[in-house]
Amino acid sequence: MSSKKEVCLSGTGVTKVFGFGSKKTVAVNNIDFQFHSGELVSIVGESGSGKTTLIKMLLGLTSVTNGDIFFMGEKRDISSHRKKKEYWKGIQAIFQDPFSSYNIFSKIDSVLLDCIHMRGGRRLPREKKLKMMREACSFVNLKFDEMTNKYPFELSGGQMQRLMIARIFLLKPKILLADEPTSMIDACSRATILDMLLKLRDEINMMIIFITHDMGLAYYVSDTVYIMEKGKFVEHGNADEVVLAPKADYTKKLLSDVPKIHEPWDFRKSGKS
Amino acid sequence: MNKTILEVNGLSTKYITRFREDVYAVRNVSFKVEEGHSLGIAGESGCGKSTLALSLMGYYFAPLHYISGDIIINGKNISGLKPDQVRKNVLGTEIAYIPQAAMNALNPTRKVIRFIEDVMYAHGSKMSKKEIYDLARERFEILNLPADTLHKFSVELSGGMKQRTVIAISTILSPKVLIADEPSSALDVSSQKMVIKMLHDLMDLGFIKAMLFITHELPLLYNVTDDIMVMYAGQIVEKGSKDQMIFDPIHPYSKGLMGSILVPEDGTRNIKLTAIPGTPPNLKNPPTGCSFAERCKYATSRCKVYDVEYTELEGGRGSRCLKPEHELRGLYDDGKVDFSNE
Amino acid sequence: MRNQFRQLIRSGKFMTGFIIFNALVLLTIFYPIFNPGNPLAMIGFDSFIPPGTYFSLYDSVNPNIHVYTLRIPGADEARIQSLLPMDEREAMGEWLIREGVPKEQINIEDFTGLLELWFAHYNPDIRIDGMTIADRRFYQRLNAKVEGIFDIVDIHLYTYNNETEEYEFQAAISSEDYIRLRDVVNIVRLPLGTDNFGMDMMRKLVSAIGTSLLIGLIAGSIATVIGLILGLVAGYVGGIIDEIIMFFSNLFTVIPGFVLLILISYSIGQAGRSVTVIGIVIGLTAWVWTTRSVRSQVLSLRHRDHVSLSKLSGHSMPRIIIKDILPYIASYVVMAFILQISTAILAEAGLSMLGLGPRTTDVATLGLMMNWAMVYSAHLTGAWWAYYPVLLVIALISFSLNLMNTGLDQVFNPQLRN
Repeated sequence: MSSKKEVCLSGTGVTKVFGFGSKKTVAVNNIDFQFHSGELVSIVGESGSGKTTLIKMLLGLTSVTNGDIFFMGEKRDISSHRKKKEYWKGIQAIFQDPFSSYNIFSKIDSVLLDCIHMRGGRRLPREKKLKMMREACSFVNLKFDEMTNKYPFELSGGQMQRLMIARIFLLKPKILLADEPTSMIDACSRATILDMLLKLRDEINMMIIFITHDMGLAYYVSDTVYIMEKGKFVEHGNADEVVLAPKADYTKKLLSDVPKIHEPWDFRKSGKS
Repeated sequence: MNKTILEVNGLSTKYITRFREDVYAVRNVSFKVEEGHSLGIAGESGCGKSTLALSLMGYYFAPLHYISGDIIINGKNISGLKPDQVRKNVLGTEIAYIPQAAMNALNPTRKVIRFIEDVMYAHGSKMSKKEIYDLARERFEILNLPADTLHKFSVELSGGMKQRTVIAISTILSPKVLIADEPSSALDVSSQKMVIKMLHDLMDLGFIKAMLFITHELPLLYNVTDDIMVMYAGQIVEKGSKDQMIFDPIHPYSKGLMGSILVPEDGTRNIKLTAIPGTPPNLKNPPTGCSFAERCKYATSRCKVYDVEYTELEGGRGSRCLKPEHELRGLYDDGKVDFSNE
Repeated sequence: MRNQFRQLIRSGKFMTGFIIFNALVLLTIFYPIFNPGNPLAMIGFDSFIPPGTYFSLYDSVNPNIHVYTLRIPGADEARIQSLLPMDEREAMGEWLIREGVPKEQINIEDFTGLLELWFAHYNPDIRIDGMTIADRRFYQRLNAKVEGIFDIVDIHLYTYNNETEEYEFQAAISSEDYIRLRDVVNIVRLPLGTDNFGMDMMRKLVSAIGTSLLIGLIAGSIATVIGLILGLVAGYVGGIIDEIIMFFSNLFTVIPGFVLLILISYSIGQAGRSVTVIGIVIGLTAWVWTTRSVRSQVLSLRHRDHVSLSKLSGHSMPRIIIKDILPYIASYVVMAFILQISTAILAEAGLSMLGLGPRTTDVATLGLMMNWAMVYSAHLTGAWWAYYPVLLVIALISFSLNLMNTGLDQVFNPQLRN
């Protein structure tokens, strides 16, 4: 498969447990994975499957109860704030809800400026910073001069999400975790966002991990699909293999429950027995 | 020709905001639904599809206000009724409405059967509690809901079960029309399928005569309803059978919408997704001419000036575009959207 | 922000509360300017002097004051009527009834009718059963007064000459002599009378509003600052720190705050209880609810995407707390602060009622005024001016602050709007 490619993020026995004793819930249960650079991976799961917990662990926003995560071949070390900051230069995220991704009290410029500062550009002259911000905005088809000095609530959902991509453009991470980046925006803008993400992947050669509940979306964008159920990966592999010839029962059921347009559901068969 | 169950003529409603501004959310909408048919309403958020659903009940409360138009259910015009009359004579018996968050409407301290009793007595039923229980039990069993649900509290039910229970409660009086506004979008796909199956059963068994299903998910709509109607900026943009609409849309807006469908099926990976640039118009001052002209790549200067009427085409479909059908087809690269497997 | 400010100005509730509160604040600022003087000066040698305007009797007979003669119709009647107060008329009526006059004929409001009946029926020699000798004497004296009531004579003023040791005639004051009130040098207006110490109630009340607001401000600030910091830390940092903070806040919740307040206040002792100390003590016992509610707000905020994103942008914890969390709860904190002020003022009133407030000799507070009114039985002697205005002011402060809070709540929590 893609074994020749370099492994950029992997994990062994990754587990996350919430609570103690009788209240114990295992959100992510002893999973192993290997994501390769340049690849576009989708993690598909229904709500409660533990996919959000998994990305929080991958991002280092939540501690890992058990198991190890390896970043660029080395065991990742995020024990101090400085090391975390270093880690976050290599791994970034776009969240589901653009409306809650912004601090509504700060102007949009500060989001982009933070990225420049994070890449060590704190001491750059103002003109240079403006140029970088302008470039990032034009990458996502936004006009910087219309954006500057505005508050997030003055933008539409699609514009906000595009600005999030501009942020990634400035940060140039090796890995991007995209947590349902299109589920809160209209279908018409969805294609724009997806196109931009794919263009960005080619531009800065990063790896994208797509987290979604939408099989159709996962099938459309990704090379590799992981199916997650109750904290475990039940199946993974090439997108065509997983979607068109599923092996695991859960995947089969999931695929049969997704509304399709070539094999519509037939309730008459089962309904009037 | 089947009997018309729901007929809407020139319905317009508006919201009045806190700052006394009018937002024209539903603008001159007319359509018919025949007995045994279901109609799906699709569109982006803010296109007025949920407002249309609320307006159809004839039950207006601030900030929603009625402007004009008729809503005729089974030959009876309900648009001029007072809220009290609507509550007594229309809701529950003629129209039932299920919003997305319907499942949260169940008071967690009461058993399911109590809600059914409430519904029956609110509509002047003289039945005893035992008779109501028997009726509810029978109805639940036909709809494949376990009868012991009746004695449970809503907190004991899962999300999908709750939603199905609410649907069963609200259709207990066999209303003529069921309006479902995204009833399954808060659920995961397996529960969603159960909910849809239940709606199908309700139609098949004749408990409801017609159904309106509102969602932004087009593949779902394709699996639920017979006809699909696309709304944009408070107006109907195009209407037709589900196959016509999904595989062969005419209007540029529907065309763009159908081009954004993603399904996990063979062959769909290679299709280029289409995007519509721009944002919908502000309905405080609806634009003159075609509402979609601003974002339409086929628009000419004429489109921005002349008001466009909704025109009926052959085969029961209709579209709202200045350009005739053949001209539009000529403009599209492929003549029609092709999702075939080859 | 501007939008919300506009809504705030349009909100009837907020503006009503704001206007009442500010009227009270302005009163504390401007009343002392126009009416200077020590609020704790004991001007009265009687307790509970009723509200009214007082002018010096001594100055009004000053020979330099020009005396005008006025013939006012009805002046004599009014004077005569005022000489026979209501309780004496009632006593007359009682006698007449016992004597056998039908009750319907007696109307003590009708002055002339009553006197006619009296002169027709009264006989000091009649013995009525069940009437003591003292009663008879009383009626005899009353009869003498009633008979002499129409004799209006001049009042003669004499001054005592120390040298000759004799009284010298100065002037005769006739019933038609008038002086202009403006000519009297010493006039005292006591709009709310005096309290038991003889202090001007109005001046004292205004000063007490100021003190109580100051206590409320000190206590409210302290409680809000402590509550905010602990809530932010507990909510954001979580873990063991959260557990410790929540342990203490639970502890404070279980022990009634007011009991704690009484104990602390008592142990400080009379000498140490100044306004600031009382404010601090109230503040230190009131932070619990702010902590708990700030914590729960932070808990729901810290998992929001914008906080995660801020972390991913490499911001430090203090920066995230200040820039990404604090602004979101700012409106909430303002509301909590307003409520804390209101509670603190009520707590001070409660403490002072028990005699555990600031020292009386230093300042006036609303609670102390209530305390002294109660100690001197103002509520039993009918000295309403000693406690009703205080009660009204406490109610107004609390009412206005709560109105402001509700108004803010409606603007900042849109789901509460109707």
